[in-house]
Amino acid sequence: MSLKHEIEFTLNGVKRKVMVDVRMNALDMLRDIVGLTGTKYGCGEGECGACTIQVDGVSLNSCLMFAVDCAGRNLTTVEGLTDQPRGEALRDAFVEHGAVQCGFCTPGMMMQADHLLAKHEHPDEACVKRGLEGNLCRCTGYKKIVDAVVACGNAEPTP
Amino acid sequence: MNVAEKKHRVIEPDSLIGKRIPKMDAPDKASGRTRYIHDINLPGQLHGKILRSARIHALIKSIDTSAARALPGVHVVITAADIADQRPIGVAKDHFPLKVGRVRSQRDEIAAVAAESEEIAEAALKLIKVEYEDLPVIGNPEDSIKPGAVLIHPEPHGADGTHLHLKQGTSIAHKGKPDNVAMRFDYTHGDVVHGEAESDVVIEDTFKLHYVTHCCMGVSGMIAEFDAGGNVLMYSNTQVPFLHKREFAEYLNIDPARIRSRKDGTLTFRQVHTLHDNGAYTSWGATTPFVMMQTFSSLYRVPHCDYHTAAVYTNNPYAGSFRGYGNLQATFAIEQHMDMLAETIGMDPLEFRMKNAQEAGEVTGQGMSFKSCGFKDCIKTAAGRSDFSRKFAENHANQKKPGNIKRGIGMASMLHVGGGAKIYPSDGCGTILKLDDFANVTLITGASEIGQGSETVLSQLVCEELGLPISAVTVVNNDTAITPWDVGVHASRTTFVAGNSAIGAARKAKSKILAVAAKKFDCTEADLDLRGGFVIRADSGEALVELSKLLRNLHFQDKAELVMTTFYYEPPSVHQDKGFKGDVSAAYAWGTQVVEVEVDTDTGFIKLLKVTGAHDVGRVLNRLGIEGQIEGGVVMGQGYAFTEDLMIEDGKMKNPNFRDYKLVTAPEIPEMDIAFIESMDGEGPQGAKGVGEAPAICMAAAAANAIANATGTRLFELPFTPEKVYRALHGQAPKRYWKPWKAE
Repeated sequence: MSLKHEIEFTLNGVKRKVMVDVRMNALDMLRDIVGLTGTKYGCGEGECGACTIQVDGVSLNSCLMFAVDCAGRNLTTVEGLTDQPRGEALRDAFVEHGAVQCGFCTPGMMMQADHLLAKHEHPDEACVKRGLEGNLCRCTGYKKIVDAVVACGNAEPTP
Repeated sequence: MNVAEKKHRVIEPDSLIGKRIPKMDAPDKASGRTRYIHDINLPGQLHGKILRSARIHALIKSIDTSAARALPGVHVVITAADIADQRPIGVAKDHFPLKVGRVRSQRDEIAAVAAESEEIAEAALKLIKVEYEDLPVIGNPEDSIKPGAVLIHPEPHGADGTHLHLKQGTSIAHKGKPDNVAMRFDYTHGDVVHGEAESDVVIEDTFKLHYVTHCCMGVSGMIAEFDAGGNVLMYSNTQVPFLHKREFAEYLNIDPARIRSRKDGTLTFRQVHTLHDNGAYTSWGATTPFVMMQTFSSLYRVPHCDYHTAAVYTNNPYAGSFRGYGNLQATFAIEQHMDMLAETIGMDPLEFRMKNAQEAGEVTGQGMSFKSCGFKDCIKTAAGRSDFSRKFAENHANQKKPGNIKRGIGMASMLHVGGGAKIYPSDGCGTILKLDDFANVTLITGASEIGQGSETVLSQLVCEELGLPISAVTVVNNDTAITPWDVGVHASRTTFVAGNSAIGAARKAKSKILAVAAKKFDCTEADLDLRGGFVIRADSGEALVELSKLLRNLHFQDKAELVMTTFYYEPPSVHQDKGFKGDVSAAYAWGTQVVEVEVDTDTGFIKLLKVTGAHDVGRVLNRLGIEGQIEGGVVMGQGYAFTEDLMIEDGKMKNPNFRDYKLVTAPEIPEMDIAFIESMDGEGPQGAKGVGEAPAICMAAAAANAIANATGTRLFELPFTPEKVYRALHGQAPKRYWKPWKAE
């Protein structure tokens, strides 16, 4: 028996109203109900960070959050991130610095990096490494991801 | 621009080779737009689930699927009994997709369900009742070869003891196997008895290796549908679409390696025996010895070499292939022994390696021919950049001094195939190339992009021939109905083999274009070249006509033509003979890595400080991409050496999750200083050789040597966890600092 519940929230700047199973997590809601597949399912138990989203400006693993807890909140996923100036700059930095290989961890990395830059505008390498600790990457060895985030946070503002 | 100026426009020479070219697929991936297997949802799609064995080794007495079939939303439930003639799968064709009468390892497939949703399929699995009769479990390869050990693949019998009348077939899956040995390998060159007689010094050790697994972040899966033409269209995340096999993990144990040398520091012979845990079925893991013997026989010059091994069945998960498989293990043993031999004869480890290192022009006992070889440059460069000799002596002197923090520096080198590997009947790759009316190129290649950057590097190679920018290229590489054949992404072969194939197709296109242009400008093809989107005069660089305009003129004329070419490249390598001899790769890659560690002798904790690498890659094509390969490989090697350990006890995986199977995280990565040695291979695309697997190979061996340099203690067992290091240093486990809880 499943119990359904209707919730309203803002997703990437757009008001949404969806019906969700009360047992469903936010990740499944985003991918299966809303249809945004940019947020990835890696482990489903909060260990890999591939499903990182931002809720009211805080980054978290969407696989560990109940969908019903999204009610009334402001969600950002990778699809909405690159519409914002910092998200766009991050994407360009990831591309330019070679931070993307298979790309599966990349959306989660982007979301976490954006959150990091919101809290630490000009981070050094140690700060970025610590900030990305919860996001696993099997391809890159992290170095180019760290380089990209440090460069993005310390770039001269474009006039 | 007026006409006069245009006539004298000169296009300066430019090259894409060696530049930092961002990956073409990166913007989409960083925006969440790239679709992976679990992002695909077709209309009317059913969801499949597999019932896996609840036992490790057991007879299947009965399977009752009636309740599952009756569940609303379930379309079909199948077991082996439903498929009259299952075809055996695996490298040795020793099992069926759905197991018949018997399960042999954790996660063996018993039944499959297709239902309208994942939840319904899941619920249906729970309704399937299976009766088992447990059999003894073989949990390690040593037990597997003991006399009287239970057979993993006996002749197939039903639970009632009667012979199962499987349809005609001669495979192990059909007929069984009278012993537990899956594969044997015996290799010899020279005569070790002779080698032994002329040796002054011998060392002999046993190395024990752990089980590791890929942990690809992306989830695995497959979606299939019938297209409008009645063909099965399969979506799958494979790196070998044309072979379509996937493997999961790799396991093996090595048993003693003996190596000897003369006191003058010349290696005399090497003898190795290994025992491999094959798991319940034979996958690519069983072929690990193919790779190991290359390192044993040919990394250093060794006149006599003898190697014997067996891969044996157990009830553990079956062993697959993993970045550089075989070589990480062989190098772990060989490069520790190089240090130990050097120490025994009182020689500097660097000098000892230089004395025995291979050089260009050599043909090894195994028949490998080294045409380009930057091995000695790799050793010198990595040692020089890391200040190896000074630090090595300094750390050694500090071993006995007081203090619990010890620094160590260690070195290891590797040899790996760098020009494909002729394991399958063909090691080739095909390319189809077409140019449109606007000088845009469609590059249709058999090579799969799995994140390593093949799309970008192949585009670079094509653009280098045609004088076009990267942005002119669209790559098609994901549909076997369109792309020409390629054996797959393995053996560090894609840049070399697919690269040469792409160049071949591009040169044919160029030749056709220049022939047309030569006629138009009344000169020879040799007088012309393509550069910056123009046909130019080769000597002066003078732009003659825009390439797009020339292509349009060719197309829109009475005898209309398009520029479309095909090319199939087969590397000039050979299959090994029955004695495993033969020049199996068209080129060989070399590398040296120096690892610096800090060991806390009070806790056994090791901090990886720095990795200095020098890799002979032939030539750097995309600097950004190749740095990414090396850095990623170094950190994967770091995980292999220090943190990753798939714990298996009596056939059961104890840590099948990221919490307990420890991947390296961002704060743990070392400082990395990577140098590239460009030996310009004559056969390689623009001189390049393969590099994909190389960077992961040396790490464990170099780390072991660094720990020995720091502490004077050698570790022969991976991974180097704090507990293992502590035990090695202190001869026992750490004392408990807590007291067992007792009720008051």
